[in-house]
Amino acid sequence: MNYQWNWSIFLQPTVVGDTTYLGWMFAGLQMTVMLSLSAWVLALLLGAVVGVLRTVPNKLLSGLATAYVELFRNIPLLVQLFIWYFVMPELVPQSLGDAYKQSHPVQQQFLAAMLCLALFTSARVAEQVRSGINSLPKGQKNAGLALGFTLPQVYRHVLLPMAFRLIVPPLTSEFLNIFKNSAVCSTIGLLELAAQGRQLVDYTAQPYESFIAVTVAYVAINVIVMTLMKLLEDKVRVPGYMGGK
Amino acid sequence: MIQISHVSKNYGTFDVLKDCSTTVSKGEVIVVCGPSGSGKSTLIKCVNGLEPFQSGEIIVNGTSVGDPKTNLSKLRAHVGMVFQNFELFPHMSITQNLAIAQVKVLGRKQDEAVDKGLKLLDRVGLKAHAHKFPGQLSGGQQQRVAIARALAMDPICMLFDEPTSALDPEMVNEVLDVMTELAQEGMTMMCVTHEMGFAKRVANRVIFMDHGRIVEDDSKEAFFANPRSERAQQFLAKILHH
Repeated sequence: MNYQWNWSIFLQPTVVGDTTYLGWMFAGLQMTVMLSLSAWVLALLLGAVVGVLRTVPNKLLSGLATAYVELFRNIPLLVQLFIWYFVMPELVPQSLGDAYKQSHPVQQQFLAAMLCLALFTSARVAEQVRSGINSLPKGQKNAGLALGFTLPQVYRHVLLPMAFRLIVPPLTSEFLNIFKNSAVCSTIGLLELAAQGRQLVDYTAQPYESFIAVTVAYVAINVIVMTLMKLLEDKVRVPGYMGGK
Repeated sequence: MIQISHVSKNYGTFDVLKDCSTTVSKGEVIVVCGPSGSGKSTLIKCVNGLEPFQSGEIIVNGTSVGDPKTNLSKLRAHVGMVFQNFELFPHMSITQNLAIAQVKVLGRKQDEAVDKGLKLLDRVGLKAHAHKFPGQLSGGQQQRVAIARALAMDPICMLFDEPTSALDPEMVNEVLDVMTELAQEGMTMMCVTHEMGFAKRVANRVIFMDHGRIVEDDSKEAFFANPRSERAQQFLAKILHH
Protein backbone atom coordinates (compact mmCIF):
# COMPACT_ATOMS: atom_id res chain seq x y z
CA MET A 1 0.00 0.00 0.00
CA ASN A 2 1.30 3.30 -1.03
CA TYR A 3 -0.47 5.62 1.37
CA GLN A 4 1.11 8.76 2.70
CA TRP A 5 0.09 9.03 6.37
CA ASN A 6 -0.05 12.62 7.45
CA TRP A 7 -1.44 13.18 10.92
CA SER A 8 -0.26 16.77 10.97
CA ILE A 9 -2.99 17.55 8.45
CA PHE A 10 -5.30 18.32 11.35
CA LEU A 11 -3.16 21.24 12.42
CA GLN A 12 -3.04 22.81 8.97
CA PRO A 13 -5.37 25.68 8.13
CA THR A 14 -8.28 24.71 5.91
CA VAL A 15 -8.42 25.70 2.28
CA VAL A 16 -11.12 28.18 3.18
CA GLY A 17 -8.80 29.52 5.81
CA ASP A 18 -11.32 29.91 8.61
CA THR A 19 -9.68 27.47 11.03
CA THR A 20 -7.61 24.27 11.08
CA TYR A 21 -8.99 20.91 9.93
CA LEU A 22 -9.09 19.93 13.58
CA GLY A 23 -11.32 22.96 14.06
CA TRP A 24 -13.75 21.49 11.50
CA MET A 25 -13.75 18.25 13.41
CA PHE A 26 -14.54 20.07 16.63
CA ALA A 27 -17.32 22.02 14.94
CA GLY A 28 -18.79 18.70 13.78
CA LEU A 29 -18.41 17.16 17.21
CA GLN A 30 -20.14 20.14 18.76
CA MET A 31 -23.01 19.88 16.31
CA THR A 32 -23.41 16.14 16.93
CA VAL A 33 -23.45 16.61 20.70
CA MET A 34 -25.85 19.56 20.61
CA LEU A 35 -28.20 17.84 18.20
CA SER A 36 -28.18 14.51 20.05
CA LEU A 37 -28.52 15.93 23.54
CA SER A 38 -31.40 18.23 22.67
CA ALA A 39 -33.14 15.42 20.79
CA TRP A 40 -32.53 13.08 23.75
CA VAL A 41 -34.11 15.43 26.28
CA LEU A 42 -37.18 15.78 24.08
CA ALA A 43 -37.28 12.02 23.42
CA LEU A 44 -37.15 11.22 27.14
CA LEU A 45 -39.99 13.61 27.97
CA LEU A 46 -42.19 12.52 25.08
CA GLY A 47 -41.30 8.86 25.57
CA ALA A 48 -42.18 8.97 29.27
CA VAL A 49 -45.58 10.52 28.55
CA VAL A 50 -46.42 8.18 25.68
CA GLY A 51 -45.12 5.13 27.58
CA VAL A 52 -47.31 5.98 30.56
CA LEU A 53 -50.34 6.55 28.34
CA ARG A 54 -49.89 3.10 26.82
CA THR A 55 -50.49 1.58 30.25
CA VAL A 56 -53.50 3.62 31.43
CA PRO A 57 -56.97 2.03 31.62
CA ASN A 58 -58.50 4.62 29.25
CA LYS A 59 -58.79 2.84 25.88
CA LEU A 60 -58.74 6.02 23.79
CA LEU A 61 -55.54 7.35 25.37
CA SER A 62 -53.73 4.03 25.23
CA GLY A 63 -54.87 3.57 21.63
CA LEU A 64 -53.51 6.97 20.61
CA ALA A 65 -50.22 6.23 22.36
CA THR A 66 -49.96 2.88 20.57
CA ALA A 67 -50.61 4.56 17.21
CA TYR A 68 -47.86 7.09 17.98
CA VAL A 69 -45.34 4.38 18.80
CA GLU A 70 -46.14 2.29 15.73
CA LEU A 71 -45.97 5.33 13.45
CA PHE A 72 -42.54 6.50 14.53
CA ARG A 73 -41.07 3.07 15.08
CA ASN A 74 -42.02 1.57 11.75
CA ILE A 75 -40.81 4.19 9.28
CA PRO A 76 -37.09 4.17 8.47
CA LEU A 77 -35.19 6.97 10.16
CA LEU A 78 -33.88 8.28 6.83
CA VAL A 79 -37.39 8.51 5.37
CA GLN A 80 -38.62 10.31 8.48
CA LEU A 81 -35.75 12.77 8.16
CA PHE A 82 -36.64 13.57 4.54
CA ILE A 83 -40.30 13.99 5.51
CA TRP A 84 -39.41 16.44 8.28
CA TYR A 85 -36.99 18.38 6.09
CA PHE A 86 -38.63 18.37 2.68
CA VAL A 87 -42.33 17.59 3.19
CA MET A 88 -43.36 19.08 6.53
CA PRO A 89 -42.64 22.73 5.61
CA GLU A 90 -45.20 22.31 2.79
CA LEU A 91 -47.83 20.65 5.01
CA VAL A 92 -47.86 23.10 7.92
CA PRO A 93 -49.84 26.38 7.64
CA GLN A 94 -48.19 28.54 5.02
CA SER A 95 -47.06 31.32 7.35
CA LEU A 96 -45.24 28.80 9.50
CA GLY A 97 -43.73 27.08 6.46
CA ASP A 98 -42.55 30.43 5.08
CA ALA A 99 -41.02 31.44 8.39
CA TYR A 100 -39.18 28.12 8.43
CA LYS A 101 -37.88 28.53 4.90
CA GLN A 102 -36.68 32.06 5.58
CA SER A 103 -34.67 31.06 8.63
CA HIS A 104 -30.95 30.32 8.42
CA PRO A 105 -30.30 27.07 6.50
CA VAL A 106 -28.39 25.57 9.43
CA GLN A 107 -31.32 26.35 11.69
CA GLN A 108 -33.65 24.64 9.24
CA GLN A 109 -31.47 21.56 9.13
CA PHE A 110 -31.00 21.49 12.87
CA LEU A 111 -34.70 21.82 13.64
CA ALA A 112 -35.72 19.11 11.19
CA ALA A 113 -32.94 16.80 12.37
CA MET A 114 -33.71 17.33 16.04
CA LEU A 115 -37.44 16.72 15.71
CA CYS A 116 -36.80 13.67 13.57
CA LEU A 117 -34.34 12.09 16.01
CA ALA A 118 -36.42 13.06 19.04
CA LEU A 119 -39.69 11.60 17.80
CA PHE A 120 -38.09 8.47 16.37
CA THR A 121 -36.28 7.84 19.66
CA SER A 122 -39.28 8.79 21.81
CA ALA A 123 -41.26 5.89 20.34
CA ARG A 124 -38.51 3.52 21.44
CA VAL A 125 -38.21 5.14 24.86
CA ALA A 126 -41.99 4.85 25.23
CA GLU A 127 -41.79 1.11 24.65
CA GLN A 128 -39.19 0.78 27.37
CA VAL A 129 -41.15 2.89 29.81
CA ARG A 130 -44.20 0.75 29.11
CA SER A 131 -42.29 -2.50 29.61
CA GLY A 132 -40.78 -1.12 32.82
CA ILE A 133 -44.21 -0.28 34.21
CA ASN A 134 -45.68 -3.60 33.12
CA SER A 135 -42.85 -5.57 34.68
CA LEU A 136 -43.74 -4.26 38.16
CA PRO A 137 -46.00 -6.50 40.27
CA LYS A 138 -49.65 -5.64 39.65
CA GLY A 139 -50.16 -5.35 43.39
CA GLN A 140 -48.01 -2.21 43.51
CA LYS A 141 -50.64 -0.21 41.69
CA ASN A 142 -53.38 -1.64 43.92
CA ALA A 143 -51.33 -0.88 47.03
CA GLY A 144 -50.99 2.73 45.95
CA LEU A 145 -54.68 3.04 45.12
CA ALA A 146 -55.66 1.35 48.40
CA LEU A 147 -53.73 4.01 50.34
CA GLY A 148 -55.88 6.66 48.70
CA PHE A 149 -53.51 7.81 45.96
CA THR A 150 -55.14 8.96 42.74
CA LEU A 151 -53.99 7.20 39.57
CA PRO A 152 -51.58 10.03 38.62
CA GLN A 153 -50.14 9.90 42.17
CA VAL A 154 -49.68 6.14 41.85
CA TYR A 155 -47.66 6.71 38.67
CA ARG A 156 -45.68 9.57 40.15
CA HIS A 157 -44.80 8.05 43.54
CA VAL A 158 -45.06 4.29 43.10
CA LEU A 159 -44.75 3.03 39.52
CA LEU A 160 -42.45 5.42 37.66
CA PRO A 161 -39.64 5.63 40.24
CA MET A 162 -39.22 1.85 40.04
CA ALA A 163 -39.94 1.55 36.31
CA PHE A 164 -37.23 4.09 35.45
CA ARG A 165 -34.71 2.30 37.64
CA LEU A 166 -35.46 -0.96 35.89
CA ILE A 167 -34.99 0.50 32.42
CA VAL A 168 -31.71 2.34 32.92
CA PRO A 169 -29.75 -0.31 30.97
CA PRO A 170 -32.00 -0.33 27.86
CA LEU A 171 -32.26 3.47 28.04
CA THR A 172 -28.47 3.59 27.91
CA SER A 173 -28.63 1.77 24.57
CA GLU A 174 -31.11 4.31 23.26
CA PHE A 175 -28.93 7.15 24.47
CA LEU A 176 -25.98 5.63 22.58
CA ASN A 177 -28.17 5.05 19.53
CA ILE A 178 -29.24 8.66 19.28
CA PHE A 179 -25.61 9.77 18.87
CA LYS A 180 -25.00 7.14 16.21
CA ASN A 181 -28.31 7.84 14.45
CA SER A 182 -27.47 11.52 14.32
CA ALA A 183 -24.98 10.69 11.55
CA VAL A 184 -27.98 10.19 9.25
CA CYS A 185 -28.58 13.93 9.45
CA SER A 186 -25.55 14.56 7.26
CA THR A 187 -27.85 13.56 4.36
CA ILE A 188 -29.75 16.85 4.60
CA GLY A 189 -26.50 18.78 4.68
CA LEU A 190 -26.15 19.29 8.41
CA LEU A 191 -22.44 19.56 9.13
CA GLU A 192 -22.22 17.21 12.09
CA LEU A 193 -19.32 14.90 12.88
CA ALA A 194 -19.75 12.38 10.04
CA ALA A 195 -20.31 15.15 7.49
CA GLN A 196 -17.20 16.97 8.62
CA GLY A 197 -15.27 13.74 8.24
CA ARG A 198 -16.41 13.40 4.65
CA GLN A 199 -15.66 17.04 3.97
CA LEU A 200 -12.17 16.52 5.31
CA VAL A 201 -11.62 13.68 2.85
CA ASP A 202 -12.74 15.90 -0.02
CA TYR A 203 -10.40 18.73 0.95
CA THR A 204 -7.31 16.86 2.15
CA ALA A 205 -7.37 13.49 0.37
CA GLN A 206 -6.46 11.89 3.71
CA PRO A 207 -9.41 9.50 4.16
CA TYR A 208 -7.78 7.23 6.75
CA GLU A 209 -6.86 10.00 9.16
CA SER A 210 -10.26 11.65 8.68
CA PHE A 211 -12.35 8.61 9.39
CA ILE A 212 -10.12 7.38 12.19
CA ALA A 213 -10.60 10.75 13.85
CA VAL A 214 -14.37 10.55 13.33
CA THR A 215 -14.42 7.02 14.75
CA VAL A 216 -12.41 8.01 17.80
CA ALA A 217 -14.74 10.93 18.42
CA TYR A 218 -17.87 8.73 18.31
CA VAL A 219 -16.27 6.14 20.57
CA ALA A 220 -15.23 8.85 23.01
CA ILE A 221 -18.77 10.23 23.17
CA ASN A 222 -20.21 6.81 23.81
CA VAL A 223 -17.66 5.83 26.43
CA ILE A 224 -18.58 9.00 28.31
CA VAL A 225 -22.31 8.23 27.96
CA MET A 226 -21.84 4.66 29.17
CA THR A 227 -19.78 5.79 32.14
CA LEU A 228 -22.32 8.42 33.17
CA MET A 229 -25.22 6.00 32.82
CA LYS A 230 -23.37 3.41 34.89
CA LEU A 231 -22.82 5.99 37.61
CA LEU A 232 -26.50 6.88 37.45
CA GLU A 233 -27.47 3.21 37.69
CA ASP A 234 -25.34 2.76 40.80
CA LYS A 235 -26.63 5.95 42.35
CA VAL A 236 -30.32 5.04 42.06
CA ARG A 237 -29.87 1.38 42.97
CA VAL A 238 -32.40 0.29 45.59
CA PRO A 239 -30.95 -1.40 48.69
CA GLY A 240 -31.98 -5.03 48.98
CA TYR A 241 -33.34 -5.10 45.45
CA MET A 242 -31.84 -6.17 42.11
CA GLY A 243 -28.29 -6.68 43.30
CA GLY A 244 -28.35 -3.60 45.51
CA LYS A 245 -26.77 -3.76 48.92
CA MET B 1 -69.86 -0.25 58.72
CA ILE B 2 -69.76 -2.38 55.57
CA GLN B 3 -72.95 -3.49 53.83
CA ILE B 4 -72.65 -5.78 50.87
CA SER B 5 -75.95 -6.44 49.15
CA HIS B 6 -76.59 -8.68 46.16
CA VAL B 7 -73.18 -8.08 44.60
CA SER B 8 -72.46 -9.94 41.37
CA LYS B 9 -69.43 -9.74 39.14
CA ASN B 10 -68.44 -11.55 35.98
CA TYR B 11 -65.56 -11.66 33.54
CA GLY B 12 -67.47 -12.22 30.31
CA THR B 13 -69.45 -15.39 30.85
CA PHE B 14 -67.53 -16.41 33.97
CA ASP B 15 -69.26 -15.44 37.20
CA VAL B 16 -66.76 -14.54 39.90
CA LEU B 17 -69.31 -13.35 42.44
CA LYS B 18 -72.94 -14.38 42.51
CA ASP B 19 -75.43 -12.42 44.57
CA CYS B 20 -73.22 -11.95 47.62
CA SER B 21 -74.74 -10.23 50.65
CA THR B 22 -73.40 -9.68 54.13
CA THR B 23 -72.76 -6.93 56.62
CA VAL B 24 -69.89 -6.10 58.91
CA SER B 25 -70.68 -4.00 61.95
CA LYS B 26 -68.30 -1.67 63.71
CA GLY B 27 -65.76 -3.58 65.76
CA GLU B 28 -66.56 -6.90 64.17
CA VAL B 29 -63.90 -9.27 62.89
CA ILE B 30 -65.01 -11.34 59.92
CA VAL B 31 -62.94 -14.15 58.46
CA VAL B 32 -63.63 -15.03 54.83
CA CYS B 33 -62.49 -18.47 53.80
CA GLY B 34 -63.06 -20.96 51.04
CA PRO B 35 -61.24 -22.90 48.33
CA SER B 36 -59.07 -21.18 45.68
CA GLY B 37 -61.07 -19.45 43.02
CA SER B 38 -64.13 -19.14 45.23
CA GLY B 39 -64.10 -15.33 44.88
CA LYS B 40 -63.05 -14.39 48.39
CA SER B 41 -60.19 -12.10 47.33
CA THR B 42 -62.37 -10.55 44.66
CA LEU B 43 -65.11 -9.87 47.20
CA ILE B 44 -62.74 -8.10 49.58
CA LYS B 45 -61.27 -6.04 46.72
CA CYS B 46 -64.78 -4.94 45.76
CA VAL B 47 -65.16 -3.41 49.21
CA ASN B 48 -62.62 -0.66 48.48
CA GLY B 49 -63.34 -0.53 44.77
CA LEU B 50 -60.10 -2.11 43.55
CA GLU B 51 -62.32 -4.52 41.62
CA PRO B 52 -65.42 -3.14 39.91
CA PHE B 53 -68.66 -5.13 40.08
CA GLN B 54 -71.62 -5.16 37.71
CA SER B 55 -74.60 -5.31 40.01
CA GLY B 56 -75.54 -4.96 43.64
CA GLU B 57 -74.37 -2.38 46.10
CA ILE B 58 -71.62 -1.99 48.66
CA ILE B 59 -71.91 0.74 51.28
CA VAL B 60 -68.84 1.53 53.36
CA ASN B 61 -69.45 3.94 56.21
CA GLY B 62 -72.40 5.46 54.37
CA THR B 63 -70.65 5.79 50.98
CA SER B 64 -71.66 3.69 48.00
CA VAL B 65 -68.54 2.11 46.46
CA GLY B 66 -70.14 1.31 43.11
CA ASP B 67 -71.56 4.79 42.56
CA PRO B 68 -69.59 6.49 39.74
CA LYS B 69 -69.90 9.80 41.60
CA THR B 70 -68.06 8.44 44.65
CA ASN B 71 -64.55 9.76 45.16
CA LEU B 72 -62.90 6.36 45.53
CA SER B 73 -59.49 7.76 46.50
CA LYS B 74 -61.06 9.58 49.42
CA LEU B 75 -62.89 6.46 50.54
CA ARG B 76 -59.82 4.22 50.18
CA ALA B 77 -57.70 6.61 52.23
CA HIS B 78 -59.69 5.46 55.27
CA VAL B 79 -60.05 1.80 54.42
CA GLY B 80 -56.79 0.05 55.21
CA MET B 81 -55.74 -2.86 53.05
CA VAL B 82 -53.02 -5.46 53.51
CA PHE B 83 -51.97 -7.62 50.57
CA GLN B 84 -50.72 -11.14 50.13
CA ASN B 85 -47.39 -9.92 48.73
CA PHE B 86 -46.97 -7.00 51.16
CA GLU B 87 -46.56 -4.45 48.35
CA LEU B 88 -44.31 -2.09 50.21
CA PHE B 89 -42.72 0.43 47.85
CA PRO B 90 -39.22 -0.99 47.28
CA HIS B 91 -37.51 2.31 46.41
CA MET B 92 -38.48 4.00 49.69
CA SER B 93 -37.10 3.47 53.17
CA ILE B 94 -39.45 1.94 55.72
CA THR B 95 -39.96 5.38 57.25
CA GLN B 96 -40.89 6.87 53.89
CA ASN B 97 -43.21 3.93 53.14
CA LEU B 98 -45.05 4.76 56.34
CA ALA B 99 -45.14 8.50 55.75
CA ILE B 100 -45.78 9.06 52.06
CA ALA B 101 -49.52 8.45 51.89
CA GLN B 102 -50.09 10.44 55.07
CA VAL B 103 -48.34 13.38 53.44
CA LYS B 104 -49.63 13.08 49.88
CA VAL B 105 -53.17 11.89 50.62
CA LEU B 106 -54.07 13.22 54.06
CA GLY B 107 -51.95 16.36 53.78
CA ARG B 108 -50.08 15.84 57.02
CA LYS B 109 -46.70 17.45 57.55
CA GLN B 110 -43.68 15.24 56.87
CA ASP B 111 -42.45 15.37 60.53
CA GLU B 112 -45.88 14.59 61.88
CA ALA B 113 -46.27 11.70 59.42
CA VAL B 114 -42.86 10.28 60.27
CA ASP B 115 -43.61 10.48 64.02
CA LYS B 116 -46.89 8.69 63.56
CA GLY B 117 -45.29 6.08 61.31
CA LEU B 118 -42.49 5.39 63.76
CA LYS B 119 -44.94 5.00 66.62
CA LEU B 120 -46.82 2.37 64.68
CA LEU B 121 -43.57 0.75 63.60
CA ASP B 122 -42.66 0.45 67.26
CA ARG B 123 -46.03 -1.13 67.89
CA VAL B 124 -45.37 -3.89 65.36
CA GLY B 125 -41.95 -4.37 66.95
CA LEU B 126 -39.77 -3.06 64.13
CA LYS B 127 -38.57 0.33 65.27
CA ALA B 128 -34.94 -0.65 64.78
CA HIS B 129 -35.56 -1.16 61.05
CA ALA B 130 -36.91 2.31 60.26
CA HIS B 131 -33.97 3.33 58.07
CA LYS B 132 -33.88 0.09 56.05
CA PHE B 133 -35.48 -0.65 52.71
CA PRO B 134 -38.20 -3.27 52.18
CA GLY B 135 -35.82 -5.60 50.31
CA GLN B 136 -33.68 -5.83 53.44
CA LEU B 137 -36.48 -7.21 55.62
CA SER B 138 -37.94 -10.71 55.88
CA GLY B 139 -41.43 -11.41 54.58
CA GLY B 140 -42.97 -11.38 58.03
CA GLN B 141 -41.29 -8.07 58.85
CA GLN B 142 -42.44 -6.57 55.56
CA GLN B 143 -46.01 -7.61 56.24
CA ARG B 144 -45.91 -6.04 59.70
CA VAL B 145 -44.63 -2.81 58.13
CA ALA B 146 -47.48 -3.04 55.61
CA ILE B 147 -49.98 -3.29 58.46
CA ALA B 148 -48.37 -0.30 60.18
CA ARG B 149 -48.52 1.63 56.89
CA ALA B 150 -52.25 0.97 56.61
CA LEU B 151 -52.82 1.91 60.27
CA ALA B 152 -50.96 5.19 59.80
CA MET B 153 -53.91 6.40 57.71
CA ASP B 154 -56.24 6.06 60.74
CA PRO B 155 -58.48 3.59 58.92
CA ILE B 156 -62.10 3.05 59.94
CA CYS B 157 -61.73 -0.60 58.99
CA MET B 158 -59.05 -2.96 57.71
CA LEU B 159 -59.16 -5.43 54.83
CA PHE B 160 -56.69 -8.31 54.82
CA ASP B 161 -56.20 -10.27 51.61
CA GLU B 162 -54.47 -13.54 52.54
CA PRO B 163 -51.85 -11.70 54.62
CA THR B 164 -49.94 -14.82 55.60
CA SER B 165 -50.15 -16.92 52.43
CA ALA B 166 -46.83 -15.77 51.01
CA LEU B 167 -44.91 -16.18 54.25
CA ASP B 168 -42.54 -18.86 55.45
CA PRO B 169 -44.33 -20.94 58.08
CA GLU B 170 -42.18 -19.63 60.91
CA MET B 171 -43.13 -16.04 60.11
CA VAL B 172 -46.88 -16.56 60.04
CA ASN B 173 -47.35 -16.11 63.76
CA GLU B 174 -45.59 -12.77 64.09
CA VAL B 175 -48.11 -11.36 61.58
CA LEU B 176 -51.09 -13.10 63.15
CA ASP B 177 -50.08 -11.76 66.56
CA VAL B 178 -50.23 -8.20 65.24
CA MET B 179 -53.62 -8.89 63.67
CA THR B 180 -54.94 -10.48 66.85
CA GLU B 181 -53.87 -7.50 68.90
CA LEU B 182 -55.58 -5.22 66.42
CA ALA B 183 -58.79 -7.24 66.60
CA GLN B 184 -58.76 -7.14 70.38
CA GLU B 185 -58.46 -3.37 70.30
CA GLY B 186 -61.78 -3.24 68.48
CA MET B 187 -60.68 -2.63 64.87
CA THR B 188 -63.30 -3.57 62.29
CA MET B 189 -61.63 -6.21 60.17
CA MET B 190 -62.44 -8.32 57.15
CA CYS B 191 -59.79 -11.01 56.65
CA VAL B 192 -59.44 -13.44 53.81
CA THR B 193 -57.32 -16.18 55.32
CA HIS B 194 -56.85 -19.90 55.68
CA GLU B 195 -55.61 -19.53 59.23
CA MET B 196 -58.42 -21.27 61.08
CA GLY B 197 -56.61 -20.92 64.39
CA PHE B 198 -56.79 -17.16 63.96
CA ALA B 199 -60.47 -17.41 63.01
CA LYS B 200 -61.23 -19.47 66.10
CA ARG B 201 -59.35 -17.06 68.32
CA VAL B 202 -60.61 -13.67 67.20
CA ALA B 203 -63.33 -13.86 64.57
CA ASN B 204 -66.90 -12.89 65.38
CA ARG B 205 -68.21 -14.44 62.21
CA VAL B 206 -66.93 -16.69 59.48
CA ILE B 207 -68.00 -16.41 55.86
CA PHE B 208 -67.44 -19.45 53.69
CA MET B 209 -67.44 -18.98 49.92
CA ASP B 210 -67.56 -21.44 47.05
CA HIS B 211 -67.91 -20.78 43.32
CA GLY B 212 -68.59 -17.09 43.85
CA ARG B 213 -71.37 -17.60 46.39
CA ILE B 214 -71.47 -16.96 50.09
CA VAL B 215 -72.38 -20.43 51.25
CA GLU B 216 -72.13 -19.88 54.98
CA ASP B 217 -72.25 -16.72 57.03
CA ASP B 218 -72.39 -17.67 60.66
CA SER B 219 -70.93 -17.06 64.07
CA LYS B 220 -67.59 -18.80 64.44
CA GLU B 221 -68.98 -21.14 67.08
CA ALA B 222 -71.73 -22.34 64.77
CA PHE B 223 -69.38 -22.51 61.78
CA PHE B 224 -66.73 -24.65 63.40
CA ALA B 225 -69.06 -26.81 65.47
CA ASN B 226 -71.67 -27.45 62.91
CA PRO B 227 -71.25 -26.14 59.33
CA ARG B 228 -74.56 -26.44 57.52
CA SER B 229 -73.36 -26.97 53.95
CA GLU B 230 -71.68 -30.11 52.78
CA ARG B 231 -69.02 -28.08 50.95
CA ALA B 232 -67.98 -26.29 54.15
CA GLN B 233 -67.88 -29.59 56.01
CA GLN B 234 -65.54 -31.04 53.38
CA PHE B 235 -63.39 -27.91 53.44
CA LEU B 236 -63.05 -27.94 57.20
CA ALA B 237 -62.38 -31.66 57.28
CA LYS B 238 -59.51 -31.15 54.88
CA ILE B 239 -57.84 -28.13 56.42
CA LEU B 240 -58.42 -28.93 60.09
CA HIS B 241 -57.00 -32.37 59.57
CA HIS B 242 -53.60 -31.61 60.98
